[in-house]
Amino acid sequence: MTAPSEAIEFDNIFKRFGGGSTGATEVSALGGVSLSVPAREFLVIVGPSGSGKTTLLRLINRLTEPSEGAVCFAGKDVQTIDPIELRRRIGYVFQGVGLFPHLTVAENIAITPRLLGWDRRKREARADELLELVRLPPADYRHRFPRELSGGERQRVGVARAIAAGPRVVLMDEPFGALDPLTRDAVGQDYRRLHDELGLTTVMITHDMLEALMLADRIAVLHQGKFIEEGTPKKLMVATETDYVRELMQMPRTQAVRLQKLMEGGAP
Amino acid sequence: MSEFDARFADALARLPDYLSQHVIVSVTALALGLALSLPLAILATRRARLRWPLLAFASLVQTIPGLALLALFYPLLLGLSALTEAIFGRGFSALGFLPSVLALTLYSMLPVLRNTVTGIEGIDPAVKAAALGVGMTPRQSLWMVELPLALPVIMAGIRTAAVWVIGTATLSTPVGQTSLGNYIFAGLQTQNWVSVLFGCVAAALLALVVDQLLALMESGVALRKRARIAAGAVGLALVLAAALVPGFSRPAATYVIGAKTFTEQYILASLIQDRLHAEGLSAARRDGLGSTVIFNALASGEIDVYVDYSGTIWANHMRRSDIKPREEVLKELGEWLKKERGIELLGALGFENAYALAMRRDRAQELGIRTIEDLASHSRRLMIGGDYEFFDRPEWAALREAYGLNFRQQRQMDSTFMYGAVMNGDVDVISAFSSDGRIARFDLLVLDDPKRALPPYDAVLLLSPRRAADGALREALMPIVGRIDVELMREANLRADRDQDKETPGQAARWLSEKISDR
Repeated sequence: MTAPSEAIEFDNIFKRFGGGSTGATEVSALGGVSLSVPAREFLVIVGPSGSGKTTLLRLINRLTEPSEGAVCFAGKDVQTIDPIELRRRIGYVFQGVGLFPHLTVAENIAITPRLLGWDRRKREARADELLELVRLPPADYRHRFPRELSGGERQRVGVARAIAAGPRVVLMDEPFGALDPLTRDAVGQDYRRLHDELGLTTVMITHDMLEALMLADRIAVLHQGKFIEEGTPKKLMVATETDYVRELMQMPRTQAVRLQKLMEGGAP
Repeated sequence: MSEFDARFADALARLPDYLSQHVIVSVTALALGLALSLPLAILATRRARLRWPLLAFASLVQTIPGLALLALFYPLLLGLSALTEAIFGRGFSALGFLPSVLALTLYSMLPVLRNTVTGIEGIDPAVKAAALGVGMTPRQSLWMVELPLALPVIMAGIRTAAVWVIGTATLSTPVGQTSLGNYIFAGLQTQNWVSVLFGCVAAALLALVVDQLLALMESGVALRKRARIAAGAVGLALVLAAALVPGFSRPAATYVIGAKTFTEQYILASLIQDRLHAEGLSAARRDGLGSTVIFNALASGEIDVYVDYSGTIWANHMRRSDIKPREEVLKELGEWLKKERGIELLGALGFENAYALAMRRDRAQELGIRTIEDLASHSRRLMIGGDYEFFDRPEWAALREAYGLNFRQQRQMDSTFMYGAVMNGDVDVISAFSSDGRIARFDLLVLDDPKRALPPYDAVLLLSPRRAADGALREALMPIVGRIDVELMREANLRADRDQDKETPGQAARWLSEKISDR
């Protein structure tokens, strides 16, 4: 078994879709993935669309089951944990936020506490506390509906909802993808601060290399269903072993250089 | 009081009863429909395999005309009732409430099923994923997320169902359920357009009010305004209470009088009711029943008394095709009814309402037609109009066989419109009724039946088996037995059927009653 200090561990995961009795062509999403995520780490998984990032994330809280291999959460095989209980113990920030449109901001935030049976007063206090934490004045925001929020505000509420029940682990599926660059940077930085303050373990997936470099303790690169490289941002920047990752890492730098030239009045 | 005012007042006086029955049958059907279709729809969103057959079935039901669906339930329930009677020794009433509620329930299901499925499946997948991701069980996801979000679409379905059911419930009159349709059916038969319009407007208003109250509740839910939800709920409760009060406050009538779907029947039912009231007996009406429905209802005791015609029972129920003189038919009829069904033939009223073939007098003279025999040689070039029953009846078969009739075209129409049709030349011959006031008014020629192919049609008072020996009832009805001749009945019918100085069947019945006691 895994040492308890490992928050999450993937052990030789295969995931195939289709095939079986339906007779459709089988598609392999993950082809033998192993990775450990120590407690309190901010891990960012990058990779192009269709590389299996979201599948990998969904395996952790059993929204998807592996075809082969095992996923461990806090030292236990997730197969031995009730999926509903597991999901209530893990924060999840969804691609496209997924706030409940018929519930107020406060009710959205306190949804998992409600499922866990907290009483109303405790839930309301918790919602206010979290609104403060994500820098939305509670008096202003608690009674609003999601449609009355900007994109950035919505994503802050999404983060607050994910950590409302005090999970140790937060999963983020391209959480800031739909935001404008300024908002994205602010929300990202604020979340990183929360991660540190609350001692969370975060697994975030993104296809934005710059975002990954700015936020991550460690980056894992997923390509065609396999990890082709992992390491600290710095390590990947300076000493990558694969062409794909080198290209990926070059991207922000190339952009910076082109920007610089533009500023100096030269041709881009 | 003007003629219009009289008819309006007459319609208004019936409103508490008709509206109450209409609301009760609609609400029951709607409640049953919701209780069935909501869980089924939710199941269909969970089990994709169920979805298609379920929606296909509901759509299929929708393609059956409302009247046919209602009519289909009657024989079905009658068979079922006979079965339970055989097994448990107890049947149930296959007339009125039950077939109406069941048919309307089926009718209400499609909009609720379809909208619930559409509403739940139309929810943003990201929201559904979020419901799972925050740790909801499927049941919590359904109640906390999917149903609240689908509610506007579901409510729209419920509103559609409510409007459909309230509208279609007017068609439950012919299967013996009193409803606002009584205004429409009776009004159509007696050409009382005030009554028809009154029924239509009342049903439309009821539908509109219920729809708006549901809309109020829906907006209350959407905007989280408790006051609106409460206002809508209170409004609906008031409609229901207002409908139920007359039902409870009205003492249950001792005797139930049946009437078929034409003017003469309404007048005679009124006459019987007045007679019973005059003797201090309470009586209720079941108007607008079909010919077979009413006979079975009497045999099973769901109604206690009505007027039928000897020839109808002779041919339809006794399956006789031989023709005998009036008196012999009556005698055999009485014996057969007693022996086979336990029904009491109290007596003949004195007139016949026989099927007869009638033509415009000038047209008949032009073709040299006086009898049905004369008609036969011309029939290939002529068109005949008949009521909905006529061409399916044994009398028609007997006529065709006896005289070799073979018309260019047969047209079925409401008996109300037949006389107009023959006068306008839309058809050449119609199946008239010998006691109909319009024969005299339009100066129609009733063709002789030299071969006596048509059986006699004496109007007879029939009592249900359990009332056969009811002294009070017999005594109340005896004064009209043998007292109504065909001229008197024609005149009474004409009073209710004519366009000028039109009377309600109730007024015509009172006129008839006075004439009887004058004699």
